[in-house]
Amino acid sequence: MSGIPHDHYEPKTNAEKYIHRRLPIVGLIYDTIMLPTPKNLNWMWIWGIVLMFCLVLQIVTGIVLAMHYTPHVDFAFASVEHIMRNVNGGHMLRYLHQNGAMLFFLAVYLHMFRGMYYGSYKAPREITWIIGMLIYLLMMATAFMGYVLPWGQMSFWGATVITGLFGAIPGVGDMLQTWLLGGPAVDNAALNRFFSLHYLLPFVILGLVIVHIWAFHTTGNNNPTGVEVRRGSKEEAEKDTLPFWPYFVIKDLFALAVILALFWALVGFMPNFLGHTDNYIEANPLVTPPEIVPEWYFLPFYAILRAFTSDVWIVIAVNWLTFGIVDATFFGVLAMFGAIFVWALLPWLDTSSVRSGRYRPMFKWWFWLFIINFVVLTWAGAMPAEGIYTTVALIGTAYWFAYFLVIMPLLGVLEKPLPAPATIEEDFRETMKSKSGNGPKGPSAEPIPAE
Amino acid sequence: MKLKTLAVAALSALVLALPATMAEAKKVKGEVTNFDFSFQGLTGTYDRNQLQRGLQVYHEVCASCHGLQYVAFRTLSDRNGPELPEDQMRAFADMYEVWDTELRDWRPATGPDHFPESQFEGAPDLSLMTKARAGFSGPYGLGINQLMKGIGGPEYVASFLLGYTGEEDFQAGSLFYYNKAYGGWVSMNPVLFDDMLEYADGTPATEEQMALDVAAFLTWTAEPKMVERKRAGFVGVIFLSVLSVLLYLSNKQLWAPVKKAAKQS
Repeated sequence: MSGIPHDHYEPKTNAEKYIHRRLPIVGLIYDTIMLPTPKNLNWMWIWGIVLMFCLVLQIVTGIVLAMHYTPHVDFAFASVEHIMRNVNGGHMLRYLHQNGAMLFFLAVYLHMFRGMYYGSYKAPREITWIIGMLIYLLMMATAFMGYVLPWGQMSFWGATVITGLFGAIPGVGDMLQTWLLGGPAVDNAALNRFFSLHYLLPFVILGLVIVHIWAFHTTGNNNPTGVEVRRGSKEEAEKDTLPFWPYFVIKDLFALAVILALFWALVGFMPNFLGHTDNYIEANPLVTPPEIVPEWYFLPFYAILRAFTSDVWIVIAVNWLTFGIVDATFFGVLAMFGAIFVWALLPWLDTSSVRSGRYRPMFKWWFWLFIINFVVLTWAGAMPAEGIYTTVALIGTAYWFAYFLVIMPLLGVLEKPLPAPATIEEDFRETMKSKSGNGPKGPSAEPIPAE
Repeated sequence: MKLKTLAVAALSALVLALPATMAEAKKVKGEVTNFDFSFQGLTGTYDRNQLQRGLQVYHEVCASCHGLQYVAFRTLSDRNGPELPEDQMRAFADMYEVWDTELRDWRPATGPDHFPESQFEGAPDLSLMTKARAGFSGPYGLGINQLMKGIGGPEYVASFLLGYTGEEDFQAGSLFYYNKAYGGWVSMNPVLFDDMLEYADGTPATEEQMALDVAAFLTWTAEPKMVERKRAGFVGVIFLSVLSVLLYLSNKQLWAPVKKAAKQS
């Protein structure tokens, strides 16, 4: 499966050969977990395992929750309370599922930022990146529909606002929105289909995760240097890599255990800290909450959505150019989906031939500014859409698009990259030596071999 | 180096999670007092006597307008709750009437029945009130105060009950009362007065005592499994901490020959 030469499974006993001739499943598992993995992966490469864990956690807790949940507007809220009060361990299941979604998004953002910094999306890993972006989009859809199910005030009004985005599409918007909701407003039909899709999409995600893993098992992992594993021979490859099992499995499990200890503390001691208090009030179509705020992981995009009011010059210009078809609301919708779209196009927008940000002196600054901007947009999204907040959101949005559409294409031309190490082996050796207290460049610090 | 990258990863996770707290950056415009409750903190538990007093306040004062539709009478005997003896719980339930769909008539409530719903449109159900209200927000809506003090639902409920200034206003045919915890005019009139009821356990029934007791009781109705949840939290955190130490040592030992070889090459 992998392009990196390594040992493959050889059936030894007769029983093994019998199975292998008919179904080479043991070989598939062996090749998957024995994948040669670059020695020099750092701690930002652990989020994949965390994400895999989150997906399994959400599916397992979700299936049990679905056994006790009632997808009907009159009973949904009460059935969640039934889970919290009467189902054995139900309160833990529900809090794990609710906060599990947040850990899932925290991990996916860090996973994506790692990919952005070390250039994991660059050739030949573009398809891995695109599939990752599809998974991320499906995660957002799943999380959004899951948030509607408890049928609290924020569930209902969040669903009303988000499905209203489709209504903003000129011409077909109203029809599309009605079709999506199964009626003129968010009601029982919408709740039922959201429940159905919320159950379905995680399995589509699971399928895409398998393809995502297949894709990067074919290309091999990226690594902090961005230098490819040498593939001339098995011996050469073994100087750069170690098998995934046991070296990276144990390393990742250690990181997962630390993260889960923190996660468990959140669930056990402050499970409602990141939720919205209004979602403990049953949905009421007649009472609009004073503020409608999505869950934190949507806030950057919510800020982009609301940044474009009708007094922004670009909105006025586009409105005039399209003869009024694109108004401020639709412009905001386009900007929000556009923000994710340009993110997905990153492999083709980045023109630099150097993969890792470690050897890109100018890129580093723009990257960290992107991270800061992401946090600022999150903050702006939580604030009311007025005064200084929309201005901040507008500047943040401008930087978002500038990063992908201007800075990334230009940096490849303007930047003079630093020299990268020749091999992964070399990088790993230098890192190990500098860690043991000897400077990697000091000539005297080099230990003299006994021979 | 490894520790440094680990620290950077942890820091970036924290930075990324911080704005998360802004998500529920509620505008708390009123004044909410940071009362102390027995159930606060990592090890806090409900005070059974306080819950029983709060139940009495609910029964004699709140229940005339408000409901507790998600709370079953039987749970009043549950552990880590008011822990009424079963006969007392049944006698208590017997004081309420519920609609029986089979009899098509009202009958006295029994253990499995729930408390009645609210009597008036304007009186919200109180089952989840302490989770549906935030007492503290933070500077600039950063939610930092909530991190330190908790979400503050019970504090809000107690402050609300004690927050009437005595100002009244007649608007559009109904009387409104100023409440400083709400930070505005509310339609609910002040309900607590010193010694308006006699506690079964002899505790002096001051206004503040009753407000705190009923806020504690409503915290239990909103989160009846809190004690179990915290206990599971401790067990899980301890288990995962031990596991991560073991995995750390395994990982160190596993990688030691690889790292040694790299250093000597």
